[in-house]
Amino acid sequence: MKSFFNKQHQKLIADPLGDQNPITIQVLGICSALAITTQLENALVMTLAVIFVMTSASSIISLLRNHVPNRIRIIVQLLVVASLVALVDQILKAFLPDASEQLSVFIGLIITNCIIMGRLEAFAMGNKLYESFLDALGNAFGYGWILVAVAFVRELFGSGKLMGYDIPGFSYLYQMGYMNNNLMILPPMALVVVGVIIWIQRSRNTDLVEEN
Amino acid sequence: MDLVNIFIKGVFIDNMIFAYFLGMCSYLAVSKTVTTANGLGLAVIFVLGITVPVNYILENKVLKAGALQWLGENFVSVDLNVLSLIMFIAVVSAMVQLVEMIIERFSPALYSSLGIFLPLIAVNCAILGGALFMQERQYSTIIEATSFALGSGVGWYLAIVAIAAIREKIRYSNVPPALRGLGITYIITGLMGIAFMCFMGIKI
Repeated sequence: MKSFFNKQHQKLIADPLGDQNPITIQVLGICSALAITTQLENALVMTLAVIFVMTSASSIISLLRNHVPNRIRIIVQLLVVASLVALVDQILKAFLPDASEQLSVFIGLIITNCIIMGRLEAFAMGNKLYESFLDALGNAFGYGWILVAVAFVRELFGSGKLMGYDIPGFSYLYQMGYMNNNLMILPPMALVVVGVIIWIQRSRNTDLVEEN
Repeated sequence: MDLVNIFIKGVFIDNMIFAYFLGMCSYLAVSKTVTTANGLGLAVIFVLGITVPVNYILENKVLKAGALQWLGENFVSVDLNVLSLIMFIAVVSAMVQLVEMIIERFSPALYSSLGIFLPLIAVNCAILGGALFMQERQYSTIIEATSFALGSGVGWYLAIVAIAAIREKIRYSNVPPALRGLGITYIITGLMGIAFMCFMGIKI
């Protein structure tokens, strides 16, 4: 009898966090990852939204996989994801109006976030409910930790705050002449920060190095 | 606002890639050679130029609060904005299918050059992003919305052709092993973004 959480299941969760990371290795879901990482709070809201949409969408598509004709599968997937995202959008508007305002169109763009479509297409269309759920969870967390890491760096160096709060030690630094690096808040630095994360990851694990 | 201004604003100031990171996935995945980048870029301009006006009509005649007035007085208070995400993505994927079939029927040469990229475009964030920005910015006529769509399409095209050209050249340089491929592409895009930022303060 198969155990409830065996080696294969652990792999489904653990791989996307490291060597199969959706952002740094599979090149999925970059669009939204970069635009909303100026503040840690936005990154956390986005991560939660993606985790919810992705696990539900994977489970639903996995249940439907034998009933959907192959030709219209993309449209079916898009509609399932779009309904879930519309739900998240309404919930955010009701309970977190500030975050909803700042994330503006990027909540809507979760629909075309390639990470969701990519995993639905590559995994949930061919696997059972429980495996698809785990795969979605792993990938959503893999996406989330990069988002949080980038947002941490950008908010810390860009505005000298974390989650919108001042950091106690920073007032001494300011007196010594330290200044916030406003470049960090601008869009291009998000790309450079992700580039550096990729650099660190690949120099630690040389199997991942691509050809030039 | 003037039509030309909206167009130029879409190409340079609000560039889809460098200012909003929309369509990054296909931008990174399909920018290895200039020819493929060219094909995908043209397809994006084309699809944006069709889907944004269609979504504009949908938004103003069906979805907006009070937009259903043309059906009669009873419908004035109806607000279908909740459905806009679902409607937009349905329009985008349906239009992409339709465009694909029309091109296949009338211009096999264009179809064989764009062929593989057209289905990919349905899930390109730049297309849905175009529709959502159109909704957010409230353009006053359909012509202004089309001008915005074409502008952002051309901006996207410029960006992907530029990065493809750089990536073709960079194959001959000595990049640190861990940065090869994806890593250096991110950093180059960041540098190009800094260059594009000099358009940011311009008010047209």
